Amino acid sequence: MTSISKPRIPLATLPANEIGLTVRDYEGAMSTLCAGCGHDSVTAALVRSLFELSIPPHRIVKMSGIGCSSKTPTYFASGAHGFNSVHGRMAPIAAGANAANRSSIHIGISGDGDSLSIGAGHLVHAIRRNVRMLYVIENNGVYGLTKGQFSASADVGSTAKHGEANEVAPIDPVQLALSLGATFVARGFSGDKAQLVPILKAALEHRGFALVDVISPCVQFNNHVGSTKSYHYVRDHELKEIEQDFVPPMRETAARLPHGGTIVVTLPDGGRIRFGTLPEEYDPRDRGAALHYAAQAQQRGEIPTGVLFVDEGTRDIHELNSTPDEPLISLPFEALCPGADALARFQDGFQ
Amino acid sequence: MKTEEKAQRGEPDEPALPKRRGLNEFALKFATVNGTGSASANNLILRSIFRMGVPVSGKNLFPSNIQGLPTWYEIRVSGEGNTSRAAEFDLMVAMNGQTYASDVAAVSPGGYLLYDSSWPLPKLLLRPEINFLGIPLAKLIGEIFSDSRQRILMKNIAYAGAVAALVGIDQEVILELLSERFGSRKSLFDANREALQLGFDYAESHFACPLPFRLETMAGNDGKILIDGNTATAMGCLYAGATVAAWYPITPATSVAEKFRSLCERYRRVEETTANGAREIRNNFLILQAEDELAAIGMVIGASWAGARAFTSTSGPGISLMNEQIGLAYYTEIPAVIVDVQRAGPSTGMPTRVQQADIMACAYASHGDTKHLLLFPADPKECFEMAVLSFDLAERFQTPVMLLSDLDIGMNDWVIPRLEWDDSYRPDRGRVLGPAELEQIEEFFRYDDADAEFVTPRTLPGFSERGAYFTRGSGHDRFGRYTEDAEGYQQVVDRLAAKHRAASAHMPPPVVKRHPGARFAVITVGSCESAVIEAIGYFAARDLQLDYLRVRGFPFSSEISSFIEDHERCFVVEQNRDAQLRSLLILEAGAPAGNLVPILSYGGLPLTAVQVIEGIETAWKDEA
Repeated sequence: MTSISKPRIPLATLPANEIGLTVRDYEGAMSTLCAGCGHDSVTAALVRSLFELSIPPHRIVKMSGIGCSSKTPTYFASGAHGFNSVHGRMAPIAAGANAANRSSIHIGISGDGDSLSIGAGHLVHAIRRNVRMLYVIENNGVYGLTKGQFSASADVGSTAKHGEANEVAPIDPVQLALSLGATFVARGFSGDKAQLVPILKAALEHRGFALVDVISPCVQFNNHVGSTKSYHYVRDHELKEIEQDFVPPMRETAARLPHGGTIVVTLPDGGRIRFGTLPEEYDPRDRGAALHYAAQAQQRGEIPTGVLFVDEGTRDIHELNSTPDEPLISLPFEALCPGADALARFQDGFQ
Repeated sequence: MKTEEKAQRGEPDEPALPKRRGLNEFALKFATVNGTGSASANNLILRSIFRMGVPVSGKNLFPSNIQGLPTWYEIRVSGEGNTSRAAEFDLMVAMNGQTYASDVAAVSPGGYLLYDSSWPLPKLLLRPEINFLGIPLAKLIGEIFSDSRQRILMKNIAYAGAVAALVGIDQEVILELLSERFGSRKSLFDANREALQLGFDYAESHFACPLPFRLETMAGNDGKILIDGNTATAMGCLYAGATVAAWYPITPATSVAEKFRSLCERYRRVEETTANGAREIRNNFLILQAEDELAAIGMVIGASWAGARAFTSTSGPGISLMNEQIGLAYYTEIPAVIVDVQRAGPSTGMPTRVQQADIMACAYASHGDTKHLLLFPADPKECFEMAVLSFDLAERFQTPVMLLSDLDIGMNDWVIPRLEWDDSYRPDRGRVLGPAELEQIEEFFRYDDADAEFVTPRTLPGFSERGAYFTRGSGHDRFGRYTEDAEGYQQVVDRLAAKHRAASAHMPPPVVKRHPGARFAVITVGSCESAVIEAIGYFAARDLQLDYLRVRGFPFSSEISSFIEDHERCFVVEQNRDAQLRSLLILEAGAPAGNLVPILSYGGLPLTAVQVIEGIETAWKDEA
């Protein structure tokens, strides 16, 4: 519940950023997500990123849809306006807010259900429009809030709570975004804050739509994200113990991803994910190469992480529409209404 | 009452309406094939009649198709000002062989049918009681023009010339219009003039021109314009200061957004010269063609939440798609202006036909307990005025406002008094707290501190941490906190109901015409007005006075309730099957069901006075 406020313990030793704020000033309400949820790690990485970039909290606009991930805007930047809207529709609402006031820093937090199923149509068009915003997908391959259904990012062969296997092809948001002409595409892992913070900071600085897919395992209902047929789950009997009113506490899975190469991360229920990091010679400015790399990694059963593609040369929604530098909401009414004389002249053409 | 029924009962044969055919009283109908350019010829005739000062209306009955299907255009001329859709036609311009049979049948006895005699008219279609006027248009045009595209277009202008001669359109007026249209393109103007003359001369030399019904210049259109409702709506959005529009193409609402764009490009585009001498365009607007209507309403909600005046324009199917987010805007109290140019439903229905069938769907749009503010324009003038009002109401009451226009108002040309604008107008932005005001209060809570109209203050993102809050469509209490607590939840939704009731004082009052002692009345809405007024005139001429009320907004004012109470019976005239306005009056104006008699038209064509008269007469007979 967002009514639970987080106690603020003043610590004199906390360092301040360029605008004199400490990391505490970027925090929000107490999280009500399950203990150990990867989403809370994403929140912590966001808090750190916003703090390090010295962004005034009132300039931040937090948007979300519905789902576990969509709860997270409550848990950071309490000094910012937030909008927890309806399932799948965050992208257009964010586009509207951005259209009205381009001086705000728009951050959308979504999940794989919100972005790849019910709201997939909006995600693809937000990418095409190049709405300037950070768009985070907290991707766990499962519907957590409704207790364990497959999402569109669930891998073929992964199993749900009653043992049934997913047999339909997953949507990889990274490859999807690359093919749509996204201007910033990255992927991180909730358990590696050291890698995620620089990714989020780069995305926040990007002058366009910045998609960050964060693999954020669900500790309760599923963590077969990234799993392939070569990995086996040992979780059947464990899941059976999970009743609707009993949620066992879990420890967050953390791992430091290496520079280059791969690492296999074992999740609390025994599921494993193989993460890959980008080799040094990787060029994130080559869209075709990025797509090829992502597709090949997927075939190897490996999830590539890092900033996969950046194009700083393109125009965002406002540049495409030639809107003024100042926000549309700041234009005085006199600049918007042509007035009585113009109306009279206009009507001369209707006689 | 039908003539045949009266004849059977031995009653004198009396036409439904007094015979109108005569000087400045007649109706024309043009039967053509869509996609052949006939619209510009028909518009030329309509505009010429308007310029001659004679009250006129044009109704485009078009198919949901781009090219090749039958289409009709109707023009009603009425010096007396009865410009609702005509029930019968005095001159049919039959240019589509596919529809000859029905077009011949639609001519009123004693009327005329103009056809292309390049090919013979099938003998079995001939009716002795109407006059056939043949012009070998294709043959004559073919002799002058060689290009096949030009032949098609010029044939239309030629029939316009013939009609001009037949009904007495002032040649100077029609040439003036042609020159305005093609002014700078001399070859086009010359070709059009030649074709026009060809038709005119042929009619003059072969027929007794003008016909017994004809035009005579009068001064009926002084201070008036001829305009469609969608253009007027777009103009209203421009004048209200809307900066963000989001929409998805849909008939018959598309031209609202398209006109808004062209108006913005004309009035909101600033050209600047940059430091290095380059010309730069600056658009003081942002129009988003959304991926669907769900996105369109989402964009409007996002933009309004952030402080812009934003709107979307759509039709019934779009309203259905927007439902979830209309509820979001209602519950989170975010302004949203939604223009619904109604068409015939349900489902895809008849996209190019008119109905007023979204009344209930809009009044209670979305799941859960919701009630919205509705505005009902009757003509383009009200489209303009109510579009402006929509934004003021949406922001004052922080809620969705739906402007319920329809296809007849939106896409047809109407003669209306010139639009007026008061330069002292300033938008009513409602209760918005800025940083300075936030400094004055101890702590800001989004849904607390309601005013006398149950409106609470809001803040806009981007200005002050003190105004920060979390907007949520999930259960919330007056502090804006998430809640699943009965009391905290009910407090907010009860206030929303009270806020909706309070808005009734700000809705445009109904248009009311009362006669002392009248026991019966007609209640109607929107584009039914002209047909209802004509029908009331018909009954008045037969010594039956009917009072009149036209609803212009929802929630209903107490004036509407007392009007209903003051009459024994009210005939509720509307264009849908299920008597939706009547239902809403029963539910929300406390009207006794037995006192409201439904008179319904829902075939998809604009209402005629004859339908209203027959409906009332039938209802009367049933009561008696």
